[in-house]
Amino acid sequence: MYAQMVKTEAKRVRSLDEMEPQERAFQERIDAGQKIEPKEWMPEDYRKTLIRQISQHAHSEIVGQLPEGNWITRAPTLERKAILLAKVQDEAGHGLYLYCAAETLGISRDQMYEQLHSGKAKYSSIFNYPTLSWADIGAIGWLVDGAAIMNQVPLQRCSYGPYARAMVRICKEESFHQRQGFDIMTVLCKGTPEQKAMAQDALDRWWWPSLMMFGPSDDASVHSAQSMAWNIKQDSNDELRQKFVDQTVPQAKFLGLTVPDPALAWNEAKGGHDFGEPDWTEFFAVIAGEGPCNRERLEARRKAWGDGAWFRDGLTAHASKQAARRQAAKLAAE
Amino acid sequence: MSSEWPLWEVFIRGQHGLNHRHVGSLHAPDAEMAILNARDVYTRRNEGVSIWVVRSSDIVASAPSDKGPLFDPANAKVYRHPTFFDVPDEVGHM
Repeated sequence: MYAQMVKTEAKRVRSLDEMEPQERAFQERIDAGQKIEPKEWMPEDYRKTLIRQISQHAHSEIVGQLPEGNWITRAPTLERKAILLAKVQDEAGHGLYLYCAAETLGISRDQMYEQLHSGKAKYSSIFNYPTLSWADIGAIGWLVDGAAIMNQVPLQRCSYGPYARAMVRICKEESFHQRQGFDIMTVLCKGTPEQKAMAQDALDRWWWPSLMMFGPSDDASVHSAQSMAWNIKQDSNDELRQKFVDQTVPQAKFLGLTVPDPALAWNEAKGGHDFGEPDWTEFFAVIAGEGPCNRERLEARRKAWGDGAWFRDGLTAHASKQAARRQAAKLAAE
Repeated sequence: MSSEWPLWEVFIRGQHGLNHRHVGSLHAPDAEMAILNARDVYTRRNEGVSIWVVRSSDIVASAPSDKGPLFDPANAKVYRHPTFFDVPDEVGHM
Protein backbone atom coordinates (compact mmCIF):
# COMPACT_ATOMS: atom_id res chain seq x y z
CA MET A 1 0.00 0.00 0.00
CA TYR A 2 1.05 3.64 0.09
CA ALA A 3 2.14 2.82 3.63
CA GLN A 4 3.70 -0.65 3.68
CA MET A 5 4.72 -2.76 6.68
CA VAL A 6 4.32 0.02 9.23
CA LYS A 7 5.91 -1.10 12.48
CA THR A 8 4.56 -0.56 15.98
CA GLU A 9 6.49 -1.09 19.20
CA ALA A 10 4.05 -3.79 20.28
CA LYS A 11 5.27 -7.24 21.31
CA ARG A 12 1.66 -8.37 21.48
CA VAL A 13 -1.75 -6.74 21.64
CA ARG A 14 -2.76 -6.27 25.29
CA SER A 15 -6.29 -6.68 26.59
CA LEU A 16 -8.22 -3.88 28.31
CA ASP A 17 -7.61 -5.51 31.72
CA GLU A 18 -3.85 -5.20 31.32
CA MET A 19 -3.96 -1.45 30.60
CA GLU A 20 -3.51 1.49 32.94
CA PRO A 21 -6.77 3.49 33.39
CA GLN A 22 -5.74 6.28 30.99
CA GLU A 23 -4.86 3.88 28.20
CA ARG A 24 -7.95 1.79 28.85
CA ALA A 25 -10.16 4.87 28.51
CA PHE A 26 -8.36 5.66 25.25
CA GLN A 27 -8.86 2.14 23.88
CA GLU A 28 -12.52 2.13 24.91
CA ARG A 29 -13.09 5.35 22.98
CA ILE A 30 -11.54 3.76 19.88
CA ASP A 31 -13.62 0.61 20.37
CA ALA A 32 -16.71 2.84 20.53
CA GLY A 33 -15.79 4.33 17.16
CA GLN A 34 -14.81 7.74 18.53
CA LYS A 35 -12.21 9.94 16.87
CA ILE A 36 -8.97 10.90 18.60
CA GLU A 37 -8.01 14.55 18.07
CA PRO A 38 -4.53 16.14 18.09
CA LYS A 39 -4.27 17.64 21.56
CA GLU A 40 -5.85 14.67 23.36
CA TRP A 41 -3.90 12.12 25.36
CA MET A 42 -2.71 9.12 23.32
CA PRO A 43 -0.25 6.30 23.97
CA GLU A 44 3.23 7.22 22.73
CA ASP A 45 3.31 4.17 20.46
CA TYR A 46 0.01 5.18 18.81
CA ARG A 47 1.51 8.60 18.09
CA LYS A 48 4.77 7.19 16.73
CA THR A 49 3.08 4.55 14.60
CA LEU A 50 0.72 7.12 13.10
CA ILE A 51 3.61 9.47 12.31
CA ARG A 52 5.32 6.59 10.52
CA GLN A 53 2.21 5.58 8.64
CA ILE A 54 0.95 9.05 7.65
CA SER A 55 4.39 10.38 6.67
CA GLN A 56 5.08 7.26 4.60
CA HIS A 57 1.72 7.76 2.93
CA ALA A 58 2.56 11.43 2.26
CA HIS A 59 6.02 10.61 0.88
CA SER A 60 4.38 8.11 -1.49
CA GLU A 61 2.07 10.78 -2.88
CA ILE A 62 4.99 13.16 -3.39
CA VAL A 63 7.41 10.63 -4.93
CA GLY A 64 4.47 9.24 -6.94
CA GLN A 65 4.50 12.44 -8.99
CA LEU A 66 7.88 11.57 -10.47
CA PRO A 67 7.05 8.51 -12.66
CA GLU A 68 4.00 10.34 -14.06
CA GLY A 69 5.73 13.69 -14.41
CA ASN A 70 8.03 11.87 -16.84
CA TRP A 71 5.15 11.83 -19.38
CA ILE A 72 3.68 15.33 -19.03
CA THR A 73 5.77 16.70 -21.90
CA ARG A 74 5.23 13.53 -23.94
CA ALA A 75 1.45 13.11 -23.58
CA PRO A 76 -0.10 12.23 -26.98
CA THR A 77 -2.64 15.10 -27.06
CA LEU A 78 -3.11 18.48 -25.44
CA GLU A 79 -6.17 17.15 -23.59
CA ARG A 80 -4.24 14.17 -22.19
CA LYS A 81 -1.50 16.55 -21.12
CA ALA A 82 -3.94 18.81 -19.28
CA ILE A 83 -5.55 15.79 -17.57
CA LEU A 84 -2.19 14.35 -16.52
CA LEU A 85 -1.07 17.74 -15.20
CA ALA A 86 -4.25 17.96 -13.10
CA LYS A 87 -3.70 14.45 -11.79
CA VAL A 88 -0.08 15.10 -10.82
CA GLN A 89 -1.16 18.35 -9.14
CA ASP A 90 -3.71 16.32 -7.14
CA GLU A 91 -0.91 14.00 -5.97
CA ALA A 92 0.98 17.04 -4.66
CA GLY A 93 -2.21 18.12 -2.90
CA HIS A 94 -2.68 14.68 -1.36
CA GLY A 95 0.87 14.78 -0.06
CA LEU A 96 0.18 18.18 1.52
CA TYR A 97 -3.08 17.09 3.21
CA LEU A 98 -1.21 14.14 4.72
CA TYR A 99 1.87 16.10 5.83
CA CYS A 100 -0.51 18.49 7.64
CA ALA A 101 -2.21 15.56 9.37
CA ALA A 102 1.17 14.17 10.48
CA GLU A 103 2.28 17.59 11.76
CA THR A 104 -0.62 17.61 14.25
CA LEU A 105 1.19 14.70 15.96
CA GLY A 106 4.23 16.82 16.78
CA ILE A 107 6.67 16.23 13.90
CA SER A 108 7.68 19.17 11.70
CA ARG A 109 7.48 19.28 7.91
CA ASP A 110 11.24 19.77 7.64
CA GLN A 111 11.87 16.72 9.84
CA MET A 112 9.70 14.62 7.54
CA TYR A 113 11.46 15.90 4.41
CA GLU A 114 14.77 15.19 6.06
CA GLN A 115 13.70 11.60 6.80
CA LEU A 116 12.61 11.12 3.19
CA HIS A 117 15.73 12.64 1.66
CA SER A 118 18.12 10.76 3.94
CA GLY A 119 16.42 7.47 3.06
CA LYS A 120 15.32 6.91 6.66
CA ALA A 121 11.61 7.12 5.82
CA LYS A 122 10.10 4.79 3.26
CA TYR A 123 7.61 5.38 0.47
CA SER A 124 5.61 2.83 -1.51
CA SER A 125 7.64 0.25 -3.43
CA ILE A 126 5.52 0.84 -6.55
CA PHE A 127 7.11 4.21 -7.39
CA ASN A 128 10.51 2.65 -7.89
CA TYR A 129 9.48 1.17 -11.23
CA PRO A 130 10.08 3.09 -14.50
CA THR A 131 7.37 4.48 -16.82
CA LEU A 132 8.63 3.29 -20.21
CA SER A 133 5.67 4.03 -22.48
CA TRP A 134 2.51 6.14 -22.54
CA ALA A 135 0.51 3.01 -21.71
CA ASP A 136 2.27 2.94 -18.32
CA ILE A 137 0.40 6.14 -17.43
CA GLY A 138 -2.83 4.30 -18.16
CA ALA A 139 -1.72 1.27 -16.16
CA ILE A 140 -0.70 3.39 -13.16
CA GLY A 141 -4.06 5.17 -12.98
CA TRP A 142 -6.01 1.96 -13.47
CA LEU A 143 -3.96 -0.41 -11.28
CA VAL A 144 -1.91 1.67 -8.85
CA ASP A 145 -4.60 4.21 -8.04
CA GLY A 146 -7.13 1.38 -8.05
CA ALA A 147 -5.07 -0.46 -5.44
CA ALA A 148 -4.63 2.72 -3.41
CA ILE A 149 -8.40 3.28 -3.30
CA MET A 150 -8.85 -0.22 -1.81
CA ASN A 151 -7.23 0.77 1.47
CA GLN A 152 -7.90 4.50 1.44
CA VAL A 153 -11.67 4.05 1.48
CA PRO A 154 -11.70 2.20 4.84
CA LEU A 155 -9.08 4.65 6.21
CA GLN A 156 -11.73 7.39 5.99
CA ARG A 157 -13.15 5.78 9.13
CA CYS A 158 -9.83 5.45 10.98
CA SER A 159 -9.53 6.56 14.60
CA TYR A 160 -7.30 9.62 14.13
CA GLY A 161 -9.45 12.63 13.16
CA PRO A 162 -7.00 14.60 10.97
CA TYR A 163 -5.94 11.45 9.07
CA ALA A 164 -9.55 10.35 8.51
CA ARG A 165 -10.52 13.82 7.25
CA ALA A 166 -7.52 13.97 4.88
CA MET A 167 -8.60 10.57 3.53
CA VAL A 168 -12.12 11.86 2.81
CA ARG A 169 -10.69 14.62 0.61
CA ILE A 170 -8.26 12.23 -1.07
CA CYS A 171 -10.88 9.58 -1.84
CA LYS A 172 -13.11 12.17 -3.52
CA GLU A 173 -10.30 12.95 -5.95
CA GLU A 174 -8.83 9.48 -6.39
CA SER A 175 -11.71 8.16 -8.47
CA PHE A 176 -10.83 10.63 -11.24
CA HIS A 177 -7.29 9.21 -11.24
CA GLN A 178 -8.39 5.63 -11.70
CA ARG A 179 -10.92 6.46 -14.41
CA GLN A 180 -8.50 8.55 -16.45
CA GLY A 181 -6.07 5.62 -16.35
CA PHE A 182 -8.71 3.12 -17.44
CA ASP A 183 -9.75 5.53 -20.20
CA ILE A 184 -6.19 5.63 -21.53
CA MET A 185 -6.14 1.81 -21.52
CA THR A 186 -9.54 1.61 -23.27
CA VAL A 187 -8.46 3.92 -26.08
CA LEU A 188 -5.19 2.01 -26.58
CA CYS A 189 -6.99 -1.34 -26.59
CA LYS A 190 -9.43 -0.13 -29.25
CA GLY A 191 -6.56 1.28 -31.32
CA THR A 192 -4.01 -0.31 -33.69
CA PRO A 193 -2.46 -3.71 -32.90
CA GLU A 194 0.71 -1.87 -31.86
CA GLN A 195 -1.24 0.27 -29.40
CA LYS A 196 -2.97 -2.75 -27.94
CA ALA A 197 0.40 -4.51 -27.60
CA MET A 198 1.65 -1.44 -25.73
CA ALA A 199 -1.28 -1.71 -23.29
CA GLN A 200 -0.59 -5.45 -22.78
CA ASP A 201 3.10 -4.74 -22.17
CA ALA A 202 2.20 -2.15 -19.52
CA LEU A 203 -0.16 -4.60 -17.78
CA ASP A 204 2.56 -7.29 -17.89
CA ARG A 205 5.04 -5.01 -16.14
CA TRP A 206 2.67 -3.34 -13.61
CA TRP A 207 0.53 -6.30 -12.53
CA TRP A 208 2.91 -7.91 -10.04
CA PRO A 209 4.28 -4.67 -8.56
CA SER A 210 0.64 -3.60 -8.04
CA LEU A 211 -0.12 -6.79 -6.09
CA MET A 212 3.02 -6.19 -4.04
CA MET A 213 1.71 -2.78 -3.00
CA PHE A 214 -0.49 -4.50 -0.40
CA GLY A 215 2.60 -5.96 1.26
CA PRO A 216 3.29 -9.58 2.24
CA SER A 217 0.72 -11.59 4.15
CA ASP A 218 0.35 -10.04 7.62
CA ASP A 219 -2.09 -12.45 9.22
CA ALA A 220 0.53 -13.37 11.83
CA SER A 221 1.95 -9.87 12.28
CA VAL A 222 1.68 -8.32 15.74
CA HIS A 223 2.13 -4.87 14.16
CA SER A 224 -0.95 -5.34 11.99
CA ALA A 225 -2.94 -6.68 14.93
CA GLN A 226 -1.97 -3.65 17.03
CA SER A 227 -2.78 -1.23 14.19
CA MET A 228 -6.16 -2.92 13.76
CA ALA A 229 -6.85 -2.64 17.50
CA TRP A 230 -6.15 1.08 17.18
CA ASN A 231 -8.35 1.28 14.06
CA ILE A 232 -5.62 2.76 11.90
CA LYS A 233 -5.72 -0.34 9.68
CA GLN A 234 -8.95 -2.13 8.87
CA ASP A 235 -8.25 -5.03 6.52
CA SER A 236 -5.44 -7.55 6.28
CA ASN A 237 -3.07 -7.29 3.31
CA ASP A 238 -4.37 -10.56 1.86
CA GLU A 239 -8.00 -9.44 2.11
CA LEU A 240 -7.27 -6.23 0.22
CA ARG A 241 -5.18 -8.05 -2.41
CA GLN A 242 -8.02 -10.53 -2.99
CA LYS A 243 -10.50 -7.69 -3.36
CA PHE A 244 -8.22 -5.92 -5.81
CA VAL A 245 -7.75 -9.04 -7.98
CA ASP A 246 -11.49 -9.78 -8.01
CA GLN A 247 -12.27 -6.22 -9.04
CA THR A 248 -9.54 -5.89 -11.67
CA VAL A 249 -9.70 -9.21 -13.54
CA PRO A 250 -13.11 -8.51 -15.18
CA GLN A 251 -11.85 -5.03 -16.17
CA ALA A 252 -8.83 -6.60 -17.90
CA LYS A 253 -11.21 -8.95 -19.67
CA PHE A 254 -13.28 -5.98 -20.87
CA LEU A 255 -10.11 -4.45 -22.29
CA GLY A 256 -9.24 -7.75 -24.00
CA LEU A 257 -5.96 -7.95 -22.09
CA THR A 258 -4.39 -11.00 -20.45
CA VAL A 259 -3.40 -10.86 -16.79
CA PRO A 260 0.18 -12.23 -16.66
CA ASP A 261 -0.51 -14.94 -14.09
CA PRO A 262 -0.84 -18.58 -15.23
CA ALA A 263 -2.26 -19.53 -11.82
CA LEU A 264 -5.18 -17.10 -12.14
CA ALA A 265 -8.51 -18.95 -12.06
CA TRP A 266 -12.03 -18.38 -10.77
CA ASN A 267 -12.75 -20.37 -7.63
CA GLU A 268 -16.49 -20.91 -7.40
CA ALA A 269 -16.27 -22.32 -3.86
CA LYS A 270 -14.66 -19.20 -2.35
CA GLY A 271 -16.44 -16.81 -4.69
CA GLY A 272 -13.16 -15.22 -5.71
CA HIS A 273 -10.09 -15.74 -7.85
CA ASP A 274 -7.15 -17.96 -7.04
CA PHE A 275 -3.93 -16.31 -8.09
CA GLY A 276 -0.16 -16.69 -7.92
CA GLU A 277 2.25 -15.41 -5.30
CA PRO A 278 4.17 -12.21 -6.12
CA ASP A 279 7.97 -12.41 -6.04
CA TRP A 280 8.61 -11.28 -2.46
CA THR A 281 12.38 -11.37 -2.94
CA GLU A 282 11.94 -8.60 -5.48
CA PHE A 283 9.61 -6.72 -3.11
CA PHE A 284 12.10 -6.77 -0.23
CA ALA A 285 14.92 -5.70 -2.56
CA VAL A 286 12.85 -2.71 -3.75
CA ILE A 287 11.98 -1.79 -0.16
CA ALA A 288 15.67 -1.99 0.74
CA GLY A 289 16.53 0.53 -1.98
CA GLU A 290 17.50 -1.88 -4.77
CA GLY A 291 14.54 -1.32 -7.12
CA PRO A 292 15.07 -0.13 -10.70
CA CYS A 293 14.52 3.57 -9.86
CA ASN A 294 15.10 4.04 -6.10
CA ARG A 295 18.27 6.10 -6.54
CA GLU A 296 16.84 8.20 -9.36
CA ARG A 297 13.69 9.01 -7.38
CA LEU A 298 15.54 10.12 -4.25
CA GLU A 299 18.04 12.12 -6.29
CA ALA A 300 15.19 13.93 -8.06
CA ARG A 301 13.59 14.75 -4.69
CA ARG A 302 16.83 15.97 -3.14
CA LYS A 303 17.61 18.07 -6.20
CA ALA A 304 14.15 19.68 -6.22
CA TRP A 305 14.45 20.48 -2.50
CA GLY A 306 18.00 21.79 -2.83
CA ASP A 307 17.32 23.83 -5.98
CA GLY A 308 14.29 25.43 -4.34
CA ALA A 309 16.16 26.58 -1.22
CA TRP A 310 17.02 30.08 -2.57
CA PHE A 311 13.38 30.58 -3.52
CA ARG A 312 12.01 29.55 -0.10
CA ASP A 313 14.58 31.75 1.62
CA GLY A 314 13.78 34.65 -0.74
CA LEU A 315 10.08 34.53 0.09
CA THR A 316 10.85 34.34 3.81
CA ALA A 317 13.13 37.41 3.51
CA HIS A 318 10.45 39.29 1.57
CA ALA A 319 7.82 38.41 4.18
CA SER A 320 9.95 39.65 7.08
CA LYS A 321 10.84 42.86 5.20
CA GLN A 322 7.14 43.54 4.54
CA ALA A 323 6.27 42.81 8.17
CA ALA A 324 9.00 45.20 9.38
CA ARG A 325 7.72 47.94 7.02
CA ARG A 326 4.16 47.53 8.25
CA GLN A 327 5.38 47.72 11.83
CA ALA A 328 7.37 50.91 11.09
CA ALA A 329 4.40 52.53 9.31
CA LYS A 330 2.16 51.68 12.27
CA LEU A 331 4.62 53.22 14.75
CA ALA A 332 4.98 56.37 12.59
CA ALA A 333 1.19 56.77 12.49
CA GLU A 334 0.85 56.60 16.27
CA MET B 1 18.95 24.31 7.17
CA SER B 2 16.99 27.54 6.71
CA SER B 3 13.86 28.04 8.74
CA GLU B 4 10.53 26.49 7.87
CA TRP B 5 7.68 28.65 6.55
CA PRO B 6 5.06 29.23 9.27
CA LEU B 7 1.94 27.09 9.46
CA TRP B 8 -1.48 28.56 8.56
CA GLU B 9 -4.94 27.17 9.25
CA VAL B 10 -7.27 27.42 6.26
CA PHE B 11 -11.01 28.15 6.41
CA ILE B 12 -13.20 27.98 3.30
CA ARG B 13 -16.71 29.24 2.63
CA GLY B 14 -18.11 26.50 0.44
CA GLN B 15 -21.13 28.38 -0.92
CA HIS B 16 -22.77 31.73 -0.46
CA GLY B 17 -24.73 31.79 2.78
CA LEU B 18 -22.62 29.20 4.62
CA ASN B 19 -20.02 29.73 7.35
CA HIS B 20 -16.32 29.41 6.70
CA ARG B 21 -15.24 25.94 7.72
CA HIS B 22 -11.82 24.64 8.74
CA VAL B 23 -10.41 22.44 5.96
CA GLY B 24 -6.77 21.93 6.94
CA SER B 25 -3.48 23.75 7.12
CA LEU B 26 -0.47 24.62 5.00
CA HIS B 27 2.91 26.36 5.11
CA ALA B 28 3.47 29.77 3.50
CA PRO B 29 5.88 32.66 4.04
CA ASP B 30 3.10 35.27 4.49
CA ALA B 31 -0.67 35.71 4.48
CA GLU B 32 -0.85 36.60 0.80
CA MET B 33 1.00 33.46 -0.25
CA ALA B 34 -1.04 31.41 2.23
CA ILE B 35 -4.24 32.46 0.41
CA LEU B 36 -2.75 31.62 -2.99
CA ASN B 37 -1.49 28.25 -1.75
CA ALA B 38 -4.85 27.54 -0.11
CA ARG B 39 -6.53 28.20 -3.46
CA ASP B 40 -4.28 25.55 -5.09
CA VAL B 41 -4.38 23.02 -2.27
CA TYR B 42 -7.99 23.20 -1.10
CA THR B 43 -10.14 24.56 -3.96
CA ARG B 44 -9.03 22.75 -7.12
CA ARG B 45 -12.62 21.69 -7.80
CA ASN B 46 -14.68 24.80 -7.03
CA GLU B 47 -14.92 23.96 -3.33
CA GLY B 48 -15.03 27.58 -2.24
CA VAL B 49 -16.12 31.16 -2.78
CA SER B 50 -13.99 32.70 0.00
CA ILE B 51 -10.84 31.81 1.94
CA TRP B 52 -9.62 32.81 5.41
CA VAL B 53 -6.13 32.02 6.64
CA VAL B 54 -4.93 32.37 10.24
CA ARG B 55 -1.48 31.74 11.64
CA SER B 56 -1.77 28.45 13.58
CA SER B 57 0.22 30.00 16.42
CA ASP B 58 -2.49 32.69 16.80
CA ILE B 59 -5.29 30.20 17.46
CA VAL B 60 -6.39 29.83 21.06
CA ALA B 61 -8.14 26.53 21.80
CA SER B 62 -9.87 25.01 24.79
CA ALA B 63 -7.92 22.18 26.39
CA PRO B 64 -9.34 18.67 25.88
CA SER B 65 -9.08 18.09 29.65
CA ASP B 66 -11.49 21.01 30.21
CA LYS B 67 -14.22 19.21 28.31
CA GLY B 68 -16.09 18.34 31.51
CA PRO B 69 -16.05 21.70 33.33
CA LEU B 70 -16.66 23.64 30.09
CA PHE B 71 -19.58 21.72 28.68
CA ASP B 72 -21.20 19.92 31.61
CA PRO B 73 -23.18 22.99 32.80
CA ALA B 74 -25.20 22.89 29.54
CA ASN B 75 -26.14 19.25 30.09
CA ALA B 76 -28.12 20.10 33.21
CA LYS B 77 -30.37 22.59 31.45
CA VAL B 78 -32.61 20.42 29.33
CA TYR B 79 -35.39 23.06 29.50
CA ARG B 80 -33.39 25.02 26.94
CA HIS B 81 -34.62 22.56 24.31
CA PRO B 82 -38.18 23.06 23.02
CA THR B 83 -38.89 19.34 23.32
CA PHE B 84 -38.76 19.77 27.13
CA PHE B 85 -42.29 21.25 27.01
CA ASP B 86 -45.43 19.31 26.21
CA VAL B 87 -47.79 21.12 23.88
CA PRO B 88 -51.33 19.70 24.08
CA ASP B 89 -52.45 18.04 20.85
CA GLU B 90 -55.46 20.32 20.46
CA VAL B 91 -53.15 23.36 20.34
CA GLY B 92 -51.57 22.03 17.17
CA HIS B 93 -48.24 23.16 15.77
CA MET B 94 -46.26 25.62 17.86
